[in-house]
Amino acid sequence: MKPEQDYVLTGTHFFKGNDAVCEGAITAGCRFVAGYPITPSTGIIERIALRFPFVGGAFIQMEDELSSSIAITGAVWAGSKAMTVTSGPGFSLMMENIGFAAMTETPCVFVNVQRGGPSTGLPTLPGQGDMMQARWGSHGDYAIIALSPDSPQECYNLIIQAFNFSEQFRVPVMFMMDECVAHMSERVVIPPAEEIDIFPRRYTTQSPETFELFRPGPDLVPDMVKAGDGYHVHITGLTHDEKGYPEITPECQAELIPRLINKIRFNEKKIRIVQRDIPENAEVVVVSYGITSRIVTRAVDMARAEGINAGVLRLIVVWPFPEEVIRDLAGSTKAFVVAEMNYGQVSLEVERCAAGKARVSNVPHAGGTVHEPEQILFAIHEAMR
Amino acid sequence: MNDFLMMNPVEKYLRQDRMPHIWCPGCGIGTSLNCFIRALDESELNPDKVCVVSGIGCTGRVAGYVNLDSYHTTHGRAIPFATGLKLANPELKVVVFSGDGDLIAIGGNHFIHAAQKNMDITVICVNNFNYAMTGGQYGPTTPVSALTSTAPYGGYQMPFNLPKLAESAGAVYVARWTTYHVRQMKKSFQEALAKKGFSFVEVISQCPTLYGRRNKFRDGLAHMEWFKENSVVKDHPATSEISLGFRTYTLVGKFLDIERPTFLDAMNEQHSHIREHHK
Repeated sequence: MKPEQDYVLTGTHFFKGNDAVCEGAITAGCRFVAGYPITPSTGIIERIALRFPFVGGAFIQMEDELSSSIAITGAVWAGSKAMTVTSGPGFSLMMENIGFAAMTETPCVFVNVQRGGPSTGLPTLPGQGDMMQARWGSHGDYAIIALSPDSPQECYNLIIQAFNFSEQFRVPVMFMMDECVAHMSERVVIPPAEEIDIFPRRYTTQSPETFELFRPGPDLVPDMVKAGDGYHVHITGLTHDEKGYPEITPECQAELIPRLINKIRFNEKKIRIVQRDIPENAEVVVVSYGITSRIVTRAVDMARAEGINAGVLRLIVVWPFPEEVIRDLAGSTKAFVVAEMNYGQVSLEVERCAAGKARVSNVPHAGGTVHEPEQILFAIHEAMR
Repeated sequence: MNDFLMMNPVEKYLRQDRMPHIWCPGCGIGTSLNCFIRALDESELNPDKVCVVSGIGCTGRVAGYVNLDSYHTTHGRAIPFATGLKLANPELKVVVFSGDGDLIAIGGNHFIHAAQKNMDITVICVNNFNYAMTGGQYGPTTPVSALTSTAPYGGYQMPFNLPKLAESAGAVYVARWTTYHVRQMKKSFQEALAKKGFSFVEVISQCPTLYGRRNKFRDGLAHMEWFKENSVVKDHPATSEISLGFRTYTLVGKFLDIERPTFLDAMNEQHSHIREHHK
């Protein structure tokens, strides 16, 4: 389906990443936002508060991130598209309800504008240290989708994609920005509404008598209903059967948990978004995501100027991890260099998938500022030795 | 199924395929739920538009047994989940049905903030003075001197006075009954359901398996008899005067019934004003 035309600001803008996220969410159909102010994400809810009176949305500033993260799931079950917005410390508090959203298969979006951590860390400065937390942060076994934009334009485009994925796979989607992307201002082009695709909620066509809320379709994803439609559904964070009723047994757990994981794992190809600039016979491939990929571009240009046959792989969807892409490349390239603003998170995944067929080194960075291109170039040199 | 059960007005509001329930014999949660369902049945509300939200704990299982759109959420988060439901679809009548530990300890911050915002929801709190699901530990409502598994020598911290808390945080309707007062409880549920804004009903309940057993209430019935003999009905006393002690009398009644704009009304009014002036 297409977005509501009146609310799409078609045209060319000079936007911060945070503004672009807000406009993209509105385009995607988001009409409920609950949040708690936290640097560097606050610009998003500030713009939401300005814009929502005109788009018929409800914004509520909650008492904390625990309540924000579950208020959005309530709004979704009442029929809204919903998101919450935060940064590291708030993201930690949201883990509880990210697990609830995963368990109850509630489509919603969690925006995390990453700053340096742990704890209060660097409130106003960038980091990329929450990538593993986004994947594994809530207790138990489950799967999510995570995207990482590298520009305000991509903030707009990808937040729409984030909502679409959440609806298509009934899964919480993590939108993993960083302080740089959030606060930089760049040209953002918003296309006409008719050029944008919106994935509608998967409402059932079955009657209340036959409908079962957690009976999956062929793609392992079940259809939904909303409150007030007479289906009298039950939703619980407990292990539940296809009807949604608690069923505290190993058998039920063995049905439910693999499906929650496999609906993402088996659909990984449909979810995969990577950007490649990898010449034939590349000796080294530099892997990155978010703002760091823009530094990588510069570093690889420098390497190529020196005659090094280097490639670039940018992960736009980070989770589920594009295992096959790394496995295939590991057969042809000698080495991977992974640049990220942490001491090695996604690089562990690259290492796992390269499985010893190619060397993997990372370019550690504690955050607070982006890498210098020379640091990455140095890592490329080291990898070539 | 016998005719008596078929005639029971409560029947159609319960998920029969989920029976038997998990509550202990003599527990007060069933009585509270029974009163709620009768209040709902006698109201004008369309059950399709009524949602029940619970958190975690014994009372938290209410959502699992009502044949309505029902949500068993995370521990303490029933109120913010209900907030999302209500704001996304104002047509819904949203009821939070949970326990004292869930609503007042881990969810205490959400409780006061939803009251302060005058969120248009009804909150029913079954107060059994302890964390029963986990084996009877002390909580925010345990009276001083009462024995619990984590206060084996008796509690020594002052419990919350829930009606006072609700009133001072901004609720517009506040009542308290014990499980002995079924008619009054039902009437308060009806008033709470009809009320616009944050309505709160505390139900003082026995917990025969844990709190009652440790504190010399012989069984559920004995505890209810104790409620009968030691409750004083008083309408509109100052909520500062109705705190609960250990084996002291319990003041019950309707304590507050006032009007003020709800969050949703205030938001909608501002939104239409803004749209009017920025055409």
